[in-house]
Amino acid sequence: MSKKKIRIATTSLAGCFGCHMSFMDIDERLLDLAEIADFDRSPLSDIKHCEQCDIGIVEGGVCNAENVEVLREFRNHCKILVAIGACAINGGIPALRNRCDLGDCLEEAFLTGIGVTDPKVPGDPELPLLLDKVHPVHEVVKIDYSLPGCPPSADTIWAALTALIEGNAPQLPYELIHYD
Amino acid sequence: MPTISFDGQEITFEPGQTIIEAAMASDLYIPHLCWHPDFPPHGSCKLCSVKVNGRICSACTFPAAEGQEVVSSSEEVRQLRLRLTQMLFVEGNHFCPSCEKSGQCELQAMGYYLGMTDNHYPHFFPVRDIDASHPHVLLDRDRCIFCELCVRASRADGKNVFELAGRGIHTRLVVDSPSGKLGDSNLDVNDRAAHICPVGAIVVKETAFRIPIGQRKYDRRTIAEVSVAEEAPLLRKRYEQKED
Repeated sequence: MSKKKIRIATTSLAGCFGCHMSFMDIDERLLDLAEIADFDRSPLSDIKHCEQCDIGIVEGGVCNAENVEVLREFRNHCKILVAIGACAINGGIPALRNRCDLGDCLEEAFLTGIGVTDPKVPGDPELPLLLDKVHPVHEVVKIDYSLPGCPPSADTIWAALTALIEGNAPQLPYELIHYD
Repeated sequence: MPTISFDGQEITFEPGQTIIEAAMASDLYIPHLCWHPDFPPHGSCKLCSVKVNGRICSACTFPAAEGQEVVSSSEEVRQLRLRLTQMLFVEGNHFCPSCEKSGQCELQAMGYYLGMTDNHYPHFFPVRDIDASHPHVLLDRDRCIFCELCVRASRADGKNVFELAGRGIHTRLVVDSPSGKLGDSNLDVNDRAAHICPVGAIVVKETAFRIPIGQRKYDRRTIAEVSVAEEAPLLRKRYEQKED
């Protein structure tokens, strides 16, 4: 009988999908991964909600109410939760807005900014409410492991993922730890 | 010559040397950010914390003494230094991907050296002023770690351009000029103070991103290797000059 497959979920919160692109960059190793793992909720699978998963991978920080909900869903359904990339770890580029008042940000983006036509702050009830600050994911839920980098290299992601699948804590060598 | 035990190894020291000087003179690295062999110690970053006869001390200010047992490379001390480094990261705004000092930054390299993969603590996201008024030097206070190296270097330059003002979490780097702006100070781009910053707080303009990724200071060598290669000779030179 074949071994039960590992279930992996991934998501991008307030990120740019660069970490997911870097994940894709593991290239033909994706085929090795597909042998032993199935993708649950992920931009790759288009599944909308998590079932129980072995590993959850979270890209991006937390900038709105939906991010908080998704992140909590991942924490509730994933045995191991991995923060991937600078934005998940410290807020990253989206957190540069933290030095500004949120009202000022919206005003400049949608009312007074250069090139704005039909000035109006979007208020559709389906839009998730913005948080006043962008937060790293570890400020909202417990994170088990973090992979720094903008983005972490494919080799970093692969090294961590294979360690986790084998049941070990990821130990990144010096050349695979980068914050940029 | 008198000796101390450093991580189980006997090393000699000259009377008057601190523990970090004794270690560095023997090409042994103790992590540090605010210490520099050319300036008096400041003792603020605490990265050089070591256990001396069972007690935590700052190696940059603690004098070496005959028979001391110094432990620097234990897991306990690494954990302590890791937490200190994480505190430095969350206290400022350190966004490495958009920082021109990335790859050449001692704070970042310290994180790499200590195996830091997250920041552990909640972030402060402080609002600090950026001063781009000087034609050749940028002062980005978001990245300042208050090591006072620029203060000490500017003092040695005979100018006193920089100083730390305020206390505790309100501490900030200030500039001695009528407007408080760097552009109105007498800082020259060739001053030591313009080049001593271990992080990206004081950077020389029009020099950013010239070195490609992969060839930057800490891309291939750890901060320990760079420090022993670059700072230990400075320390030896200082002691040779003293003897002359």
